[in-house]
Amino acid sequence: MKIVIENVIKKFIDAKKNEVTALNDINFSINEEEFVVLVGPSGCGKSTLLNIVGGLLSPTSGDVYFDGIEQDPTLGIVFQENALFPWRTVFQNVVYGLEERGASKKEQKEIGNHYLDMVGLADFRDAYPKQLSGGMKQRAGIARALAVEPDLLLMDEPFSALDAQTRTLMQEELLTIWNRTRLSTLYVTHNIQEAVYLADRVIVLSRHPGQIKQIIHIDLPKTKRNSEEHIQQFNRYSEEIWELIRHDAQKALKE
Amino acid sequence: MEKSIEQTSQKTNRKVIKNRVAYLDKQVPFYTPFVGILGLLLLWELIAQLGFVSPLFLPAPSVIITTGWEMLTNGEIISNLSASLYRILMGYALGSVFGILVGLILGFFRTADAIGTPIVYSIYPIPKIALLPLFILWLGIGELSKVTIIALGVFFPVVINTFSGVKNVDPLLVKAAVTFGSSRFNVIRKVILPGALPMIFAGLKLAAGTSLLLLVSAEMIAAQEGLGSMVLHYGNLMIISKLMVGVLILSLLGLTFNKVLKWLEGKLIPWQ
Ligand SMILES: Nc1ncnc2c1ncn2[C@@H]1O[C@H](COP(=O)(O)OP(=O)(O)O)[C@@H](O)[C@H]1O
Ligand SMILES: [Mg+2]
Repeated sequence: MKIVIENVIKKFIDAKKNEVTALNDINFSINEEEFVVLVGPSGCGKSTLLNIVGGLLSPTSGDVYFDGIEQDPTLGIVFQENALFPWRTVFQNVVYGLEERGASKKEQKEIGNHYLDMVGLADFRDAYPKQLSGGMKQRAGIARALAVEPDLLLMDEPFSALDAQTRTLMQEELLTIWNRTRLSTLYVTHNIQEAVYLADRVIVLSRHPGQIKQIIHIDLPKTKRNSEEHIQQFNRYSEEIWELIRHDAQKALKE
Repeated sequence: MEKSIEQTSQKTNRKVIKNRVAYLDKQVPFYTPFVGILGLLLLWELIAQLGFVSPLFLPAPSVIITTGWEMLTNGEIISNLSASLYRILMGYALGSVFGILVGLILGFFRTADAIGTPIVYSIYPIPKIALLPLFILWLGIGELSKVTIIALGVFFPVVINTFSGVKNVDPLLVKAAVTFGSSRFNVIRKVILPGALPMIFAGLKLAAGTSLLLLVSAEMIAAQEGLGSMVLHYGNLMIISKLMVGVLILSLLGLTFNKVLKWLEGKLIPWQ
């Protein structure tokens, strides 16, 4: 199975009635058990692309499809703003997707508790999102997405609203979880270190119009990437990506 | 070295920084609210007892209480209260159920919004009591016309609040629900409805006051029985103590109404 993004173009009409090309001819695919990270300066169309892949926005032209799959694909999604349902407890949030798929109460309980354990929220299963810290909310959001055991996991800057320390911890946790579940993942970030830390492949986007500038394979083991041993290679990847983005990021700053 | 710093700081005048916004956190004792009401009642009793005003115009609170007891034991209050309760509960229930339903539909479906919202907003400003004569002609002078007028008065604030509640639901939550496999109907049931609930309750509370106002007006215009007609009746007879009993019951009714809604809100919106 793989997910194919083929000739995707997205145009918006902006406030001054001008046509703006947010995405220009995007082509790539996500393989089974592959962690793909989209990285680029703010406003380059990362969220737009993720929304199109998630079926939450229509492309102006082009297609997104799952290749080699029998049933309707299952999706899991994690947003920066966590998007937990405030009226549901942590547990009820986590089993939402299962509930919508008609899983039995027993199944919901088993799977829900399993993923709550995995993200370390077992003690908070009956709390409302409002009672959680930012990091805990994101963990709950991740558990909700994992619980449906999706064919594709989508994550839009899940950690960028967190403080730096929490973010580092969450990245480590995510990698641990990912190594256990090995879900095909499309992950969006503007943080280069995060991209190199998590990705099998980094897709670098440029802006105006948003298009693929380069695709970089990260040839590092999927654990302890920032250890002594790999730090040089890690930094080389980071610098390479930064060089690709730098110019665009500077322009973004001036707007 | 340390010592000399201490000494100089003692010699110069100290300016200790105090919290200058402490008054924002000031706590009042729990009995404070009762003091005002009790004081007012006492003052009232005193004025009446000392004969500053004629008891014909302002009976003492104690007189009102004893009159109220009489009217309670002879069944007068019960029959009027139950007539009024029936009307207001029926009208309120109908108005709020339809209001919530229509509000959800107008808020969620674009076509319904385009067609329905202008209609709602053009009828909304009509003072509903002005329609009573019309409803009496259409529906007769019985219960139906009074229940309808109350339902109508409740309907509008509930519709409008439900509508804006739906519009204010975070679209991201809808996106999340859809991604996790929710059908349109489930999006309404599991996301839109709970998301709009706080606003719906704001509408229900607003409507409680409106319904009471319409109840009393309608009963004064067109009823033999009910708290409104009772108050009007004793007003015409200039029996002010009995009139005051009616007013007192109405205010207790309003108070109870609000308490019940608050309780229900706490039950239905536990996450806030
Ligand atoms: N609904 C919309 N209408 C008009 N323009 C939009 C809309 N959504 C996004 N855009 C524009 O498309 C570009 C990409 O946006 P986005 O995908 O949110 O970027 P990113 O997530 O990379 O920061 C931006 O220039 C943005 O202004
Ligand atoms: Mg974005």
